[in-house]
Amino acid sequence: MTFLRLSGVRKSFGPLEVLRGVDLDVGRGEVVCLIGPSGSGKSTLLRCVNHLETVDGGEIRLEDELIGYTRKGDTYYPLGDRAAARQRRRFGMVFQGFHLFQHLTVLENVVEAPTRVLRRSRGECTEQAHELLASVGLAEKHAAYPRELSGGQQQRVAIARALAMEPDVMLFDEPTSALDPELVGEVLGVMRRLAQRTMTMIVVTHEIGFARQVSDRVAVMDGGTIVELGTPSEVLGAPKHRTTQVFVRSLGERT
Amino acid sequence: MPTSTSTRAPVEAPASVRFARRRQPARWLTAGAALVLAAMFAHFLITNPRWDWRLVGGYLFSADILRGLLNTVLLTLISSAAGLVAGVVVALMRLSDDPVLRWVATAYIWFIRAIPALVLLLLIFFLGALLPKLSLGVPFGPEFLSVPTNRLISQFSAAVVGLALVLGAYSAEIFRAGILSVPAGQLEAATALAMTRRQRLRRVVLPQAIRVIIPPLSNELVTMFKNTSLVSVVGYTELLTTVQLIYGRTYQTIPLLLVACLWYLVLTSLAMIGQRCLERRFGRGFAAGRPGKEYSR
Repeated sequence: MTFLRLSGVRKSFGPLEVLRGVDLDVGRGEVVCLIGPSGSGKSTLLRCVNHLETVDGGEIRLEDELIGYTRKGDTYYPLGDRAAARQRRRFGMVFQGFHLFQHLTVLENVVEAPTRVLRRSRGECTEQAHELLASVGLAEKHAAYPRELSGGQQQRVAIARALAMEPDVMLFDEPTSALDPELVGEVLGVMRRLAQRTMTMIVVTHEIGFARQVSDRVAVMDGGTIVELGTPSEVLGAPKHRTTQVFVRSLGERT
Repeated sequence: MPTSTSTRAPVEAPASVRFARRRQPARWLTAGAALVLAAMFAHFLITNPRWDWRLVGGYLFSADILRGLLNTVLLTLISSAAGLVAGVVVALMRLSDDPVLRWVATAYIWFIRAIPALVLLLLIFFLGALLPKLSLGVPFGPEFLSVPTNRLISQFSAAVVGLALVLGAYSAEIFRAGILSVPAGQLEAATALAMTRRQRLRRVVLPQAIRVIIPPLSNELVTMFKNTSLVSVVGYTELLTTVQLIYGRTYQTIPLLLVACLWYLVLTSLAMIGQRCLERRFGRGFAAGRPGKEYSR
């Protein structure tokens, strides 16, 4: 039943313990929003899931496949470059800062990974890219360079680029935090439609409204652990933990 | 005179108003000064009989000079190619996780920076005095192949090796700076898209680094044209050596140096045209219009 399983994940940066044993199960097609004050470890946790960060303890499994390591006896050995890259094909990631390839057009951004990494034919990928761009409302912009687009448009291209790899899990790292307020809606709209198409999603966000309406479960992080986990109505409607109460109230004023 | 919106008097309709360009009187001054200087220089070039322009014209396309020119071009192309490959490798070594590679690369750059190119060329040319023979075999063990050093090191190969070593060290730092100029987010996005290390470097980092690398690297390559003239110390007959040989015989020093200068100007012009094409090609997706315009006053 469990699709993606995080067990006892720990991570330190030098003396700073960022994750102190995080457990989280995500079902196939489930949307989980990670909320919590800044510095609580949300982004780091997300980056551990596709092994952009190494972990110092615990493990992450996607359909029982250990991510980032192989286990021999009691020892975890880090995967090599190629094996790690192969595992990352199953994860799509969207960043706060978009990170579109600046030297490539919108279309080339979307086509790059499927043709180079999956070695699919250029014609097939181009066709798919045009469909994806249309689905995020940017069919006309295929020949533009990232710099010529607004933040909201860039982020929608970034989502299309990640989807072009046909991932099993989409990871969103504060996808709307760098956007002007009037552009947030267009990106959340794309994510909402994606959730309806039963994509498995983990979303680090400060958008309480989105978490309430779209997510199946909300996880609240504080000090490197998940302090509260439940349905949006449980967690956001009747928060039990003090952090959640304070946090939801402070954000509630905005939305 | 404070006014509030309600009591403000109606303003003349802007349709009849025109926008003048800002006056720039200083530009007339600088242009005038530049013209005077240019005229003085032209006067000096034309009227001084010691340039001996007729002689310059005669030598410009003479067989000896053209042979020297060809040697200069050949030497530049071969040592540039070797030097650039060395530069990329050394830059990647300096950026590597492996401390041994980093240390070796740093030591190489340190050494080449410390030794003047002229001295390095001489050292390589006279390697035979230091190591009478070069051999291939197990270190401190048996030898399989052994050649007298002086047979291996000709004037040409000494020049190529010397110049390539110099360019390798200097261009390595340029490549490293270019690679470091690509934002970390680009690399992260490429990693998240399941690219391997090699793909990230070739498809994402280098194409963006090249934009930053081209201007300083063009500088190095143009320097290379002129560094080939150092090779006259080992007696390889490139352009300058040829010119020196001729005026050593005829004492027509100034006209012949002028011939060399004219050809260096031609070569540099070609290199700069190439640079412009490259900048245009790799500037795709970055600031539109004339690059650097935003920095003008």
